Amino acid sequence: MRAYDFPLFPEQASTMAAQVDYFYLFLIAVSLFFGVIIAAMLVGFSIRFRRRNPQDVGHHIHGSTLLEIAWSVIPFGITMVIFAWGVWLFFGFSRPPDNAHEVFVVGKQWMWKLQHMEGRREINELHVPIGQAVKLTMTSEDVIHSFYIPAFRMKFDVLPGRYTTSWFEATKVGEYHLFCAEYCGTEHSGMIGKIVVMEPAAFEKWLSEQPPAPQPPGHPAAAAVSAPAGAAASPVAAGEALFTARACATCHLPQGGGLGPSLVGVFGHMVKLSDGSEVLADEAYVRESILNPTAKIVQGFQPVMPTFQGQLSEEQVMQLIQYIKSLDKGAPASGQGVAQTAPVGADSAS
Amino acid sequence: MATPALKPVAAGAPPAERMRRSYLNADYSVASWLLTVDHKRIAVLYLISVTVFFILGGLFAAGVRLELLTPKGDLLQADTYNKFFTMHGVVMVFFFLVPSIPATLGNFLVPMMIGARDLAFPRINLLSWYVFILGGAFALAAMIFGGVDTGWTFYTPYSTSYSVTNVMLAAVGIFITGFASILTGLNFIVTIHRMRAPGLTWFRLPLFIWAHYATSLIMVLGTPVIAITIFLVAIERGLHIGIFDPALGGDPVLFQHLFWFYSHPAVYIMILPGMGVISEIITCFARKPIFGYSFIAMSSLAIAVLGFVVWGHHLFTSSQSVYAALIFSILSFAVAIPSAVKVFNWSATLYRGAISFEAPMLYALGFIGLFTVGGLTGLFLAAIGLDLHVHDTYFVVAHFHYIMVGGAVLAFLGGLHFWWPKMFGRMYPEMPARVAAVIVFIGFNLTFFPQFLLGYLGMPRRYHAYPAEFQVLNVMSTAGASILAVGYLLPFCYLLWSLKFGPKAANNPWGATGLEWTTPSPPPTENFAEQPIVTAEPYTYGTAEDLEEVSVA
Repeated sequence: MRAYDFPLFPEQASTMAAQVDYFYLFLIAVSLFFGVIIAAMLVGFSIRFRRRNPQDVGHHIHGSTLLEIAWSVIPFGITMVIFAWGVWLFFGFSRPPDNAHEVFVVGKQWMWKLQHMEGRREINELHVPIGQAVKLTMTSEDVIHSFYIPAFRMKFDVLPGRYTTSWFEATKVGEYHLFCAEYCGTEHSGMIGKIVVMEPAAFEKWLSEQPPAPQPPGHPAAAAVSAPAGAAASPVAAGEALFTARACATCHLPQGGGLGPSLVGVFGHMVKLSDGSEVLADEAYVRESILNPTAKIVQGFQPVMPTFQGQLSEEQVMQLIQYIKSLDKGAPASGQGVAQTAPVGADSAS
Repeated sequence: MATPALKPVAAGAPPAERMRRSYLNADYSVASWLLTVDHKRIAVLYLISVTVFFILGGLFAAGVRLELLTPKGDLLQADTYNKFFTMHGVVMVFFFLVPSIPATLGNFLVPMMIGARDLAFPRINLLSWYVFILGGAFALAAMIFGGVDTGWTFYTPYSTSYSVTNVMLAAVGIFITGFASILTGLNFIVTIHRMRAPGLTWFRLPLFIWAHYATSLIMVLGTPVIAITIFLVAIERGLHIGIFDPALGGDPVLFQHLFWFYSHPAVYIMILPGMGVISEIITCFARKPIFGYSFIAMSSLAIAVLGFVVWGHHLFTSSQSVYAALIFSILSFAVAIPSAVKVFNWSATLYRGAISFEAPMLYALGFIGLFTVGGLTGLFLAAIGLDLHVHDTYFVVAHFHYIMVGGAVLAFLGGLHFWWPKMFGRMYPEMPARVAAVIVFIGFNLTFFPQFLLGYLGMPRRYHAYPAEFQVLNVMSTAGASILAVGYLLPFCYLLWSLKFGPKAANNPWGATGLEWTTPSPPPTENFAEQPIVTAEPYTYGTAEDLEEVSVA
């Protein structure tokens, strides 16, 4: 298609892209500045002071402290400008706006599994609206991957056992490459997806469609993940179903008084721990509490919760988190259902 | 500063006799080479070994570049391709770039440049070569029995829990080879401290020695960390005790911290000795003292020290805290300053010189050009906002090849050409050597410059197949690699040719200063017939009196 032209920049399709490109151009200007100085010295001196007679010797010049200071201090000053500019951009990348559309990303050898807050799932494709920030919460089921969209100039590693977040705001309708940038095994270069940027109305329509959940070929495990709550249930609903099925509800009573603390209105707030310290109840904390419950015990409770390590897929953990996130003080997610449901089945983890 | 007493045989023999007997023809038996404790012979053993590894690593690179001619992965299977780039990296980094200059030129020249008869621990020096060969044997075994596919960086948990290739064998190879590095570094440090000729004070040392001193510090302090890290990978792989595996409570990023704590300074193990070589060559062919001797000497130490505190710039995208990223970014910019100082000083040395352009000088000038590009593009990567885009793309591949190949390999070739007459007592043909230097420079730029563009366009590294729009630049890169291969092949041919047919070299064919040029080419086993005494500053080109002052007293 574009095989024979020479694009020097990838497309600019996010709010950050142009900013990164300006910075890049500035760095090229700085490099040219120094490059030209050094090339001029090397080439100019080589011609001007070439040896004309085999007996010639150079002049005794041992150095100049003034010059040494000049060419230490000036580059230092310039690098500090580059540093500050780079940090400013980096902060821009690390702080997603509050109203962002949320997407969960699970990397897996060798595919991207994505799910929108509203429930729609995708494999190796991510549809996003134009002009709205999209926040990604990412984790991996196996090795380290890296979520990279060149047209958006953003990249972030996707790590097993940890949540990383990143965000972007698309500015141009179209399709863009989604690469895995961290070497992840045999099909690393095949772990390519595409980002589809749509007009908001089209996106809303797309989002509300409920096609059958995509089934990755040859990965039955992935299909099982979505089973409990139906293929296209929202993560919150799926999380609620899990919360019941895994008997979380027997201890974490919404009104309190159970063996575990109530989870209503906890997410996003500081929690006091038994050792007196405080921790922010964010995705990482909730995840840790599910998989390694004794790591940070809430004040006033005993370390009696069993671990769910190895029993929940990354997607299920994310669904639980979304459910817990939805438990606002004012409006428990779906009314009374939670606390009254009896533990379902003897498989409940313990 | 105790220099071992010279052998009475050598000191007492008539001058003509001494001239004919060199370290090369002192004895012809195989055992006399394999059991030698002469630093010069060990340097030659290393030279042969690293050349073999360079050819091996080059063949893997050829496979990688040929595969990338077309966007579809049609030449090699994905697995085979992954093994090719992994083994290219492993062989080139651990078995060529790290030992290349220190173990060959360093081994040969450090004692001679300081007027000593040998290194402080000759037997440990021999041991280091055997350790190197043993490590190399494990790495070769890893290749022969099916290869490794983790990338030379061995990132966990892929390397510990998912790769089904010979990670263990390769890891053991690297673990063992690390000790060769430690032993060499140790030997250099002690030698430079204890065995300098009378009058050779610290600030009279050749800059080559300063560079090797700084390098040795990194070798001794950094290499144990990679050994421990690789050992942890082996334990984790064998026993699954949960160091790096998050399912067992481990931290997958911990490995990256440990790995880069060594591997970033290791870049300076590759480049600092090269900087030493360049300093020697530039002054010699400009026939004037180096500009800012003490700034260059101190910048070597500054690079060695700062090199230890910038490893986190490899982890900007891997969820380290924003503030850690900030600190590592600013420190990375700090390390750019001593590097810039060196480049400016080399350039300024040319001012009002009497410059001639023999092959070593062409390599040196090429080095400055390529190192400048490599250094400046390092600023792009250290800038955290931009690194989020170019990290793990071909931009990084281009950058580190400019530093490690453009820098270390050109310096190695330049140094080899510069000291070849001293090492083997023969001159190589000058014209092919100059042509080769120019071909290497052109081929190198054609290979790696397009990769900067590829990287900014978004082509990730370690891709066996890629979207079609990246093809033109990849074809350019592969074409450049073929030219580069010719540039490497030429010296290989004419240098070997010169060993038998080259004209006999004078003791000091370039009119250089430095103690190594005061002894015959090739040197006798004991380096110097009489104990040299130094009474002058280094690089006293210029007046005849100055030249006499450095010569053997």
